[in-house]
Amino acid sequence: MTAVVRKELVSYFTSLLAYMVIALFLAVSGFYFYSNLSFFLLSGGFDLTRGLWQYQFLDMRQYMLTLLPLLTMRLFAEERRLGTLELMWTYPLRDVEIVLGKYVAALLVLALMLGGTLIQPLLLLPADVTLPVGAMAAGYLGLFLLGAAFLSCGILISALTESQVLAAAVTYSVLLLFWVLTWNEAAVGAPVLWVLSQLSLFDRLYTFVRGGIDTADVTYLVLFCAVFLAWTVQCLGSRRWRGVK
Amino acid sequence: MIEVSHLTKRFGDFVAVDDVSFSVAAGECVGFLGPNGAGKTTTMRVVAGIFPPTTGVVRVGGHDVSRDPNAARRTLGYFPENAPFYPEMSVEGYLGFVARAKRVPSGERAPHVEKAIGACGLGEVRRRLVGKLSKGYRQRVGLAQALLGDPQVLVLDEPTSGLDPGQVTEIRELVKSLRGERTIVFSSHILSEVSLVAQRVVIVDRGRLVAEDSPAGLAERLAGALPLWVRADVDPTALCSTLAGVDGVERAEEVDDRVRLIVADESAIERVSRRVTEQGWVLLELHREALTLEDIFLRLVREPAQRIARDSERRA
Repeated sequence: MTAVVRKELVSYFTSLLAYMVIALFLAVSGFYFYSNLSFFLLSGGFDLTRGLWQYQFLDMRQYMLTLLPLLTMRLFAEERRLGTLELMWTYPLRDVEIVLGKYVAALLVLALMLGGTLIQPLLLLPADVTLPVGAMAAGYLGLFLLGAAFLSCGILISALTESQVLAAAVTYSVLLLFWVLTWNEAAVGAPVLWVLSQLSLFDRLYTFVRGGIDTADVTYLVLFCAVFLAWTVQCLGSRRWRGVK
Repeated sequence: MIEVSHLTKRFGDFVAVDDVSFSVAAGECVGFLGPNGAGKTTTMRVVAGIFPPTTGVVRVGGHDVSRDPNAARRTLGYFPENAPFYPEMSVEGYLGFVARAKRVPSGERAPHVEKAIGACGLGEVRRRLVGKLSKGYRQRVGLAQALLGDPQVLVLDEPTSGLDPGQVTEIRELVKSLRGERTIVFSSHILSEVSLVAQRVVIVDRGRLVAEDSPAGLAERLAGALPLWVRADVDPTALCSTLAGVDGVERAEEVDDRVRLIVADESAIERVSRRVTEQGWVLLELHREALTLEDIFLRLVREPAQRIARDSERRA
């Protein structure tokens, strides 16, 4: 599996994709931070967690939706198009190792991307404030798990097509659906809404951004990843009856 | 080393390979011959462990590819048709990845990569990106990845397809140099190429095994199917009718200003040329044509059917 992780990291960084995604994320989330900080100062808040970081994390969540499908779109689609996946299947690697190798590489880029934003709280240190370290750790954990869920969804969709553009577009759409699932309160009854709210990916972040960790949320996000990754492995296995292309 | 017994591979209703059996002994080099769509690639993919057979048993190095695919894959190097590659990786970086993927122990990786680079003549381009190399070099990179980890079995799917004649010779020589300690199966749709490299030829058509023989034995079975082109300073119709009467000529047909003959054996060539000169004509062209796959199938697939028909007529 480490062979696949290394190979994917090399290709992320030689194709400049990882640099691009990380740089864009840092730039835009930096702007969010500037705006959120200005608003926090204007409104004269005292609670950094509720007044600043909550909004910062929710804004980053939104931008992750835009960027993360770019990290997964080529993982399998490109290998299918090039025909290199066929070659990979002749090496002594199990399908699950191929999927996890690619996934871990994407997770590392995500970690690097989120890690880069730690410069934002560091900028506050000269102002002599006490950072809510515990609450922020919960927020980052939530963002990372949510990002991991986005990536697992993207990797499955990438395994279904040869087209990177299609993979990215479908991933956006699916993730967007998971976001807006709970928006239509008026149209559905209370029981349906309850089910939908349990399924909604984005609502899972609210406890995290306020500094709490709910095991139900963690379980849901981890399960979400596991289901999509297992599905991806199944999908690679379909060559048995569908052929290579 | 490779045992294929009653291999059938179906994709939905489509039967890609239909009850094919053959085996390859250790150190043997076998050519897999057939037209496009004959089931060559599917057979090779099953042998390479890409997907298991629908029915039948395939063993590589004694390991069943359905039950223990990774053990079978460890003994095997595969070269897929068109040599797919990662354009953004360097030759060295790519081979390093392959060595890891093939689970070459970390201390032995560098010498293994060196060996593959040396065997395939990639020394000059080792730091270049695979995507920037010529097709011939990319084909060599493909062979190098197959060779990595010293597999006992090499499965090469059309290693010379899409190359210019010079590169074809180079790759063919490379494959030849790999014979000996390794067991090699390679596919092609060119008979002469298979005859040059392989000790044995397996011919498939429409998913079925048609013939299995040594190149010499095959040539013997194909005797009597030697296409010959003749042109003289005379009306082709006259030439055609004259040559049709020559002993050993099985078929004569007029094609534009030339005549295409099918002769039984090489001795007929001399008689053809003599007949032309005896008539006082000047021979402008006389050349043998390589047997096309079509000719081969005419002999090996359809002829036996005709023979059976004839035999049953005789019995009746």
